[in-house]
Amino acid sequence: MLEARRLSAGYGAARVLFDVELAVGRGEVVALLGRNGAGKSTTLKALMGLIRPFSGEVHFDGRRVDAWEPYEVARAGLGYVPEDRRIFTDLTVAENLEVGRQPPREATPAWSPEKLFELFPALRTLQGRRAAHLSGGEQQMLCIARTLAGNPKAILLDEPSEGLAPILVEQVGKAILELKRAGVCVLLSEQNLSFARRVADRSYMLEQGRMRQAYAD
Amino acid sequence: MSGSAVLLQFLNGLAGASSLFLVAAGLSLIFGVSRIVNFAHGSLYMLGMYLAVSLSGTLGFWLSVPLAAALVAAAGLVIETTLLRRIYKAPELLQLLATFALVLIIRDAALWAWGPEDRLGPRAPGLAGAVAIAGRQFPQYDLLLICLGPAVFIALYLLLSRTRWGTRVRAASQDREMAAALGVNERRLFTAVFALGALLAGFGGASAIPREPASLQIDLAVMSDAFVVVVVGGLGSIPGAFLAALLIGEVKAFCIGLGYSELTLAIEFIVMAVVLVFRPWGLLGRPLAETRGPGTLQPPLPAPSFLLLGGLAVLLAIVPVFAGPYTIVLLTDILVFALFAASLHLLMGPGGMPSFGHAAYFGLGAYTAGLLLLRAHLPMELSLALAPLAAALGALVFGWFCVQLSGVYLAMLTLAFAQIAWSVAFQWDRLTGGSNGLIGVWPAPWLSSKQAYYYLTLVLCLGAVALLWRLIDSPFGYALRAGRDSPLRAAAIGIDVRAQQWAAFGIAGLFAGVAGALYAFSKGSISPETLSVPRSVDGLVMVLLGGVQTLSGPLWGAALFTWLEDSLSRGVEYWRAAIGAVILVLVIAFPRGIFK
Repeated sequence: MLEARRLSAGYGAARVLFDVELAVGRGEVVALLGRNGAGKSTTLKALMGLIRPFSGEVHFDGRRVDAWEPYEVARAGLGYVPEDRRIFTDLTVAENLEVGRQPPREATPAWSPEKLFELFPALRTLQGRRAAHLSGGEQQMLCIARTLAGNPKAILLDEPSEGLAPILVEQVGKAILELKRAGVCVLLSEQNLSFARRVADRSYMLEQGRMRQAYAD
Repeated sequence: MSGSAVLLQFLNGLAGASSLFLVAAGLSLIFGVSRIVNFAHGSLYMLGMYLAVSLSGTLGFWLSVPLAAALVAAAGLVIETTLLRRIYKAPELLQLLATFALVLIIRDAALWAWGPEDRLGPRAPGLAGAVAIAGRQFPQYDLLLICLGPAVFIALYLLLSRTRWGTRVRAASQDREMAAALGVNERRLFTAVFALGALLAGFGGASAIPREPASLQIDLAVMSDAFVVVVVGGLGSIPGAFLAALLIGEVKAFCIGLGYSELTLAIEFIVMAVVLVFRPWGLLGRPLAETRGPGTLQPPLPAPSFLLLGGLAVLLAIVPVFAGPYTIVLLTDILVFALFAASLHLLMGPGGMPSFGHAAYFGLGAYTAGLLLLRAHLPMELSLALAPLAAALGALVFGWFCVQLSGVYLAMLTLAFAQIAWSVAFQWDRLTGGSNGLIGVWPAPWLSSKQAYYYLTLVLCLGAVALLWRLIDSPFGYALRAGRDSPLRAAAIGIDVRAQQWAAFGIAGLFAGVAGALYAFSKGSISPETLSVPRSVDGLVMVLLGGVQTLSGPLWGAALFTWLEDSLSRGVEYWRAAIGAVILVLVIAFPRGIFK
């Protein structure tokens, strides 16, 4: 479904990733582990097209996408949930979901607002509220829901458990397993090993921009 | 003033506010989404006026207005897709430069198409008369204009808040990259928003022709009005623009109504300065999201090469041996503007403070020198020495307000102060000679030959540049740069960032004043143009052409620009457009400055 081949990327002259190889299959949940600065976020950004790889290839759903614009990658069905959430704080919760909305895809779960609110019940009563007034946990829910509104085939989650209270981490974990059940494949970056182990089928380990090990769980 | 007169003035203000709002709303929309400050927005308004005047001859007024607006929107479409799209990733200031090049090109295109005379539009058929309001006559058409502003405001509000497209526009205004990652085609969105902004500007221009004639000077006038409205209202806020348009429209109308018509040139800038001091993000604005990323970090400046400067000095010192008087005068100009650019560079480069009104200090230096000589009858040498101090004082006063702000708001406040200084020079007839300026500002007899004056300029300008370079490479310069790159971290290691910036203002003003005083004595006369907006823009162009993050770049930029302007204005009829075209080519080819 999603594959990186000898992917190298970075910012300006600074190279962060060196020949990274990874693959996520249909219906899989895969964790990308590593310390701060190992290149987890950079990997996800490069997969999404938010930074141009220096070299290497990215394949998604049978097509090579590394020269595509981010919006084209998104429309091909790859969702992205950034680390710092990046909610549109000027917009209401419903409007945030509206921005993420894309037409339903074949053979992919479709997320109507109703289904999204089933997944994240806390958002249901907040629809008309400006996103700036949400708590951190609510923002994290909204951020995932916003990406799901695009009915993605696969989704990139950048440190979804970071900075959340344990009870919220639990909810996010449940949501990820829910996604897996629905057939969405997930690549998540994590520093929280026990969380990753609980939700992921297998993991990769990044160290200083290089792929170190792949673990089957 | 009687009650009915007040009412009429009030209605007059509302009519003016409507036109203002149309332009400002477009400007604000474009800025909100693409973060481009479109200098050419006034030019689009002007284009709308001329097109409507032309079209109304054959099609009649009512058809010509929407058609002219549509044509301007089409022009906007072309501008966005052929030019702006290429420079969205370039530094903010270069984008500004590119849109200023458009101002020059559009103005000359209008000159070519419609000639230099003002073109009077028709009256609106069916609304050509006046109605009696409170016993006084009020034009019917102005009543229509009064309704137009709120109508467009409501339409825009609904478009932005109730449609999917509008939601995307608001999302992209806040975080383009995230919107793109959610599948929003930002390219198409930018094009559409720019075309919409152009449509509004064209509509504003076209609908104004029954009130005022189309003229070539209206572009910069409208542009600065629209800037003020957008900044007072808060960048990117449409309700803010509406509110500010009402405020400025009314203040202007009452200034005229109460008989303070001289004040109208500066009043909006005074209002803006007051608003920005109390509400730094405008009436309804919020602090801009930090757009800086790892990609825009400034490379460190190289150490100054005094060898280069010395070599240059030797080379320039032997030029008069074989050059004619024409070359010497041109070189004198180049030296003066090189110092002007270098002083601006201190603010823009190491200081990170884009000044759009640097001509104010240049002009202060020039006028002080002239006034001391002519009115106080001081010797020329003393006038030349004292003038920069006045410029520095002015820069310290203006700068104190400016350093409270940053980014585009700071730039606009510097522009406001420059405009205030200009209108004082323009209107204080008894002291400054008004629009005629001062004449007879000649140097002392021993400097009266072009050669002698050239050597004086050479010594003072290169000496000043050497001082500036030394300053940039001193602890003060490092602290200034630290404050630019990370105000918080700089403050945390004990640097008073604002104090450094304020000092930089004073120093930059001082050296701009030296340049201005030298300029005054080299020309023998001073006109208000020495501190006008175009002169400030000249400085920006010089610095940006040469490269903000270089040391010697601004000098080369000044030399190239002064030489280009001199040679083009002699040989080429549409030289402004030629300069504009050169700037565009340079910006697209060298997005980080030429001499990099």
